This record gives sequence, structure tokens and C-alpha cells, in this order.
Amino acid sequence: MVTYKTSDFRKGLKVQIDGEPYLMIEMNFVKPGKGNALYKCKLRNLIRNTVIDRTYKGGETLESADVEEIEVQYLYRQQDRFFFMDTKTFEQYELTSEQIDDNWKYLKEGMVCSMMLFNGNPIGVTPPNHVELRVEYCEPGVRGDTATNVTKPVRVETGAEFICPAFIEIGNVIKVDTRTGEYVERVST
Amino acid sequence: MNESLWLERLLEKRAALLRSIRNFFDSRGFLEVETPLLCREVVVDRHLDPYPVTMEFKGESDSQLVYYLQTSPEYGMKRLLSRCPRSFYQITRAFRRFETGTQHNTEFTIVEWYEVGADYEKGMQTTADLAEAILGRGQAERLSYREALMRYAGVDPWTVSVSELRERAIDMLQDCSLNLSDRDAWLELLLTMCVQKHLGTERPTILYDYPASQAALAQVRPGNPPVAERFELYVDGWELANGYHELRDAEELLRRMQQNNEARIARGAHPLPIPMRLVEAQRGHFPACVGVALGFDRLVAVALGIPSVQKAMVFPIDEA
Repeated sequence: MVTYKTSDFRKGLKVQIDGEPYLMIEMNFVKPGKGNALYKCKLRNLIRNTVIDRTYKGGETLESADVEEIEVQYLYRQQDRFFFMDTKTFEQYELTSEQIDDNWKYLKEGMVCSMMLFNGNPIGVTPPNHVELRVEYCEPGVRGDTATNVTKPVRVETGAEFICPAFIEIGNVIKVDTRTGEYVERVST
Repeated sequence: MNESLWLERLLEKRAALLRSIRNFFDSRGFLEVETPLLCREVVVDRHLDPYPVTMEFKGESDSQLVYYLQTSPEYGMKRLLSRCPRSFYQITRAFRRFETGTQHNTEFTIVEWYEVGADYEKGMQTTADLAEAILGRGQAERLSYREALMRYAGVDPWTVSVSELRERAIDMLQDCSLNLSDRDAWLELLLTMCVQKHLGTERPTILYDYPASQAALAQVRPGNPPVAERFELYVDGWELANGYHELRDAEELLRRMQQNNEARIARGAHPLPIPMRLVEAQRGHFPACVGVALGFDRLVAVALGIPSVQKAMVFPIDEA
């Protein structure tokens, strides 16, 4: 564990506050002409994704957070537990559906994701930016209608629903952006 | 605007502002002077850290001496004033260790002037005139430090307790982890984070009569409570200049330097050598005067309406 002094503070630092890992997403040095130096920070909790404001005075310290990112493969789901395997060490990790949050929508067996570990324990997983998912069910569209401004909900193989253009049919494979949760394009019919 | 057009506009603005500052002071009989950037001593400030530079001297016996890159030209200009008591101004570089942010760059351009024979009132008037001449946004309004804290932070700095200050700051900033050591630190926090943004928004604002505990090198005017004859110029929420009705008593100067060193040690910073050459100079003769320092790069940022001092410089520290 490393101790960061205020003079080490910068955007991107991973630190611990009250035993939880935070990412410094903004840092500004403020100082009245003849006064104390202050470090105004915005920090994102890496477990709960909440953002807090903190102001530190010059000379204060924060402990580094032992946060590590590893590559994992998604194995399977058992009720509200999700199982992954480290692609290098083959070690298994599990996350609860609470920790998975909305990402269950994108998880296909065998998919390679990035997992964040805090003190060696998994705290979250990030799927690739784009995933391809097979359509399991949707209302039939009007044949020949390739306009993208007419949309409908579509259910894919993971059980999640996405809003897609009306021309998408059962059996199509669609590409979805996992950062926005939006349909990108049809990959195959 | 593309990059080269923007750069040209920035360079022209900087040059125009430098020119109008020189015109202003030249027309009022101030003499432009130069003092060294590297000095054996530096004014000891509680919260400013100079860069020490080890200088090597070749001779019969080689020697090494520590010099300091000056945090402002105050040390040199005040020594000069004691030898030649007339109004001076200087436009130079200053260096402040650890200071980089949207309103700070560790190396920056500073305009500093000393108006000999001026009293507190005259010093504020000259500062207001300069702001009007170079920014063209009217005469500065005057607002006392106390009034500003009451109006924008809801506290009376003369009577508020430390625990009330803490409560107020936590409430205004929504940060319950705040923990500062003393009363002045809380007041500075409220001024910087809650009050400052309201200052100088329509026309420049001169904030005046600071707490005696924040006098730095300003004279303290007796009264109940005593106040420091210190003022700051604000425009668009930026602190642009800081002025003192200068302390003249050499023994008091020596005491404040020693107190500042104690405060430095308390906050975990290195003490600095007491600037005895300055103390000696003031023991001889030091004229009644008002001294003001202005951050030139901040002035450029305000004049161009840009949100960061780094963008007002051609090569900020990360690109230097």
C-alpha cells in the first residue's frame, strides 16, 4: 500500500476512503493568495459508482487502493450468482446480481470481460464495449420497412430487451453498445 | 477558432495587456525595475514554498550555496525601496512550488508595484484605476471582508466560532469529511469556495480589511477588532491582486517571519532562513508605501474569458 500526499493527487488515482476504493475523477488545486492550499476532488466509488466531493488541505494523505484489473471469461449463472474465470490463472470468481448491476444484459457464456479486484476480491465486471446478441423474440416487422426511425422492443438470448428498428426479426444477430445500452446495427439475419 | 489563430490572439492579448500596464505606471511616474529571480533568501510565507536551487561556485575553494527562486519580487523590491525610496513597478516571473491547477501554474508572470507615500486608501484607489484602465469594466466597488463573508457565507468573521464555521462549511460544500486545523483555515475555505465566485462579477471588486491574523506583511490597524490593512482585487470570481499597506517596523517584520516559520513547521513544511538582508534594510529606512502584486496570467484569462490560467499561457508547466 502506498500513501499519497496531496502533492501526488491527480486525476486517475485509486485511493481508499473508509475502507472502500475510489477513483479520483477530478482534482483541482485551489489556494487563496496567502492561505492554505486546498485540493478539491471528485471521487467515484468503484463499488457503488456513487460520486462524492472531498476537499483536502495540503499535507493530508490518502492510502492507495489495491485495485487490479484482470481479464476473465464469463462461465455461467446460478440464480443471482455469476461465475467467471481468470483467463490467465484459471481462478474462479463470483459476483452477485447486485454487483453485476445492468451488465447481466450482455453476458453470454464464454464472453471475455474485464474484472476489477479490490484487495483480491471481485467488485465489478465490464463487458466489451460492443457485444453481439441473437434475437429470441420480437413482434414481426412490416416487410420491406428498413427505416430506422420506427422502433420496437426486442428480446435477446440473455433475456434482456433492447429497443431496435422495426426491421429486426427473430434469429437476427444485433450489435449493442454496452456503455449506452443502445442498438448499433444488425450483424446478420 | 483554429489553433494558430487562437495562439496569435492570445499572444496579442498578452502583449496589449503588458503594454497598457506599462503605460499606466509610466504615466504615473513609477519606475520599472528588475530584481534577481535567484536570491539567497526569500520572504518567509506560511503557505508559499520556494524552489531551492543549489548554486556552484568555482574558485580557490569550490563552494555550494542554496539560492531560492523567488515566489514574488517582494524581497528584492523592498530592499531596493530602502535604498531608493520612490515608486517602482516590476513585471517578472515568480515560482511557487506545488502550485498547479486551473488558477495556478508553478511558474507565472507577476506584476508588482510599490507606491511610495501612498496610504491604504490611495493604494486601493490606484489598484482600482489600474483595473479600470486595463480591463475597461468600470471603477472597482469596495466590499469589506466582513461584509462579503456575511453576505455570501452567512457568517460574521469577527464573532463566529470555529465549530460554527465548520458546520457552515460542511453545509455549504456538502463534504462532511472536512477537517481543518484553525479558524483562519476555515475562513479561507469559505472565502475561496463559497464567496469568491460572487466577487467582481459586474465590475471589479476590492475586498478590504482582512482579519489581523491574516495580515501577512500588512500593517494592522488597531481597533475592536484590529484589522489588517490588506486588500484583494477580484474580477469574475478570480483573485487577481493582493495589496498591503506595508508594514514598516523591522522588528515586527522579524517576529512575523519567525511566526511564519513556526506555522510552516506545524504544517510539515521546511522552515526557511530568516531574510536578514531584508530585515536589515528595513531597520535602516523603509518608506511609507502600499505594495501590490497582480497575477498577470489570471488577468489574461479574465480578459479573454477563459476558465483556466493554463490556457492563458503559451507553454503551461505540462508543456514547458
